[in-house]
Amino acid sequence: MVRAILSDDLPRSRWLAVALVLIVVGLAVAPFLFPGAKSLNVAAKICVFIVLAASFDLLLGYTGIVSFAHTMFFGIGAYGVAIALTRLGAEWTAVAVGIVAGLIVAVALAALIGLFSLRVRTIFFAMITLAVASAFAILASQLPALTGGEDGLNYRLPAALRASFSLADGTLFGVRLNGRLVDYYLVYAASLVLVLVLLRVVNSPFGSVLMAIRENPFRAEAIGYRTVVYRTIASCIAAAVAALAGSLLALWSSQTNPDTTLSFDIMVDILLMVVIGGMGTMYGAVLGAVLLVFAQNYLQDLLGIANQALAGVPLLAGLFHPDRWLLWLGVAFILCVYFFPTGIVGSLRNRRS
Amino acid sequence: MLATEDLTIRFGGHAAVDGVSCAFQPGTLTSIVGPNGAGKTTYFNLISGQLAATSGKVRLNGEDITGYAAPRRSRLGLGRAFQLTNLFPNLSALENVRLAVQVKSGKGLDLFSRTLGHRELIDRAMTHLAAVSLAERAQAIAATLPHGDQRKLEVAILLALEPDIFMFDEPTAGMSIDEVPTVLDIIAAIKARGDKTILLVEHKMDVVRSLSDRIVVLHQGKLVADGKPAEVINSDIVREAYLGGAAPRDAHG
Repeated sequence: MVRAILSDDLPRSRWLAVALVLIVVGLAVAPFLFPGAKSLNVAAKICVFIVLAASFDLLLGYTGIVSFAHTMFFGIGAYGVAIALTRLGAEWTAVAVGIVAGLIVAVALAALIGLFSLRVRTIFFAMITLAVASAFAILASQLPALTGGEDGLNYRLPAALRASFSLADGTLFGVRLNGRLVDYYLVYAASLVLVLVLLRVVNSPFGSVLMAIRENPFRAEAIGYRTVVYRTIASCIAAAVAALAGSLLALWSSQTNPDTTLSFDIMVDILLMVVIGGMGTMYGAVLGAVLLVFAQNYLQDLLGIANQALAGVPLLAGLFHPDRWLLWLGVAFILCVYFFPTGIVGSLRNRRS
Repeated sequence: MLATEDLTIRFGGHAAVDGVSCAFQPGTLTSIVGPNGAGKTTYFNLISGQLAATSGKVRLNGEDITGYAAPRRSRLGLGRAFQLTNLFPNLSALENVRLAVQVKSGKGLDLFSRTLGHRELIDRAMTHLAAVSLAERAQAIAATLPHGDQRKLEVAILLALEPDIFMFDEPTAGMSIDEVPTVLDIIAAIKARGDKTILLVEHKMDVVRSLSDRIVVLHQGKLVADGKPAEVINSDIVREAYLGGAAPRDAHG
């Protein structure tokens, strides 16, 4: 049963298994364990970024494709839903139209980029995706009539997802059963399913060819696999899942703008998530996303506490100032890459053997 | 039947393979010999599609395959083992072979079934691993295998492709003496089936002499001799091509 759900890809490390169970259960009970708007928002963001990072791992870790256009597909999915909700009103049909439109645009664009440029060498492909993604981000900000420009779009969600919607009278464990809770579990369930689908894809015969291409594209061709076809299909799947992650974000946050969906910062974030977690493991993307979203949201608070505790000490207090959180994130990243070159998952699995 | 017609490739002004016309019959083992730099591996690359010919044709059963890319030629039955070991380094020995078995099954584009669910592919891969006596090392990561085992794995991948035409490029290079017979036995077994075309590039003259039905000599990209082993090995042109008149290099010499 577990084998079938995980597609035979077991954690192969006790600590990894524990961590994954903690994440899945933790996110499931998060609204009740950590009530409050901010923690619910962090939990939803974690879900969305797990999906986004996992889809990026399909490219980077499994197929060996270095793409900087992944946030573009994320943005396409988010804007699809945002534009549809803005234009067609806060209805479920609008959500469906937005998701489907985003998927079509994302997959078509990925196929186009793939067929035209996946024949070239890795570094040139990376440059091409960088150029396309930059052009797309500029385009989005230059079409205010459609995308709301730099400010983005603010829209109303379908009634069942709003805070004013009441699922049932009263509360459960002191938490009001409102539309935000419905929205959160929608995001949670969709994310869980998408990660399991990706896990199946990488453990399918198709996935085995992707790893062969990553290992030795020359030999993969020689034994009969057309690498450009496999790479393009992998790009399309990754783009589709990234677009769905974007749609989930748009459905969660009721606002979509370039900073939250298209910026290069997010591209760097998901790259870090996959590298820190462990490339080519899927579970690594899950751990990486949890750690990074957590750090981004709570490192500042943590530093605030450290700063107050060291209030009297001259140099250290400054060093632990909450505004320095990016510095500490950078230090943590460097240490991570230095001490765990195969990522957290790779290190956990190696400990056992 | 595999044939090349006036097959030529130029790198700048240098013709690495120069107008080679030759046909290879099923059921025969043809050795391609010649000194280093004679164009043997380049000739192989032109046949299996790793390089595109400047002019001339490659035909397979009458079909002009000169314009086909390597994957298509492989699926048409041209199997190639490489001189420099060319594996999937971080995958297991079994997975290296299973990937080759999978090509023929057409399951490569199956996205939603489990790889481990296709027992038949795994079982067949195990058979091929056993054929090169690597069954016990099935789960070992390819890159961690000793050199000789990597060479055997290379042969197992070729077997797993189940081709009509087997192209061996120095299959025993770098193997220790006691490992060589395993590979030679495999080649002899393929030959014994009688319906396969085998092309062999090999420097060890005793191997060539014992296995070949026919020997083709390349020298500076040109086909300079073609015939029965006994005739060709003792011909003047071969003595001249090899080391300017000295006897051909022998495994024991």
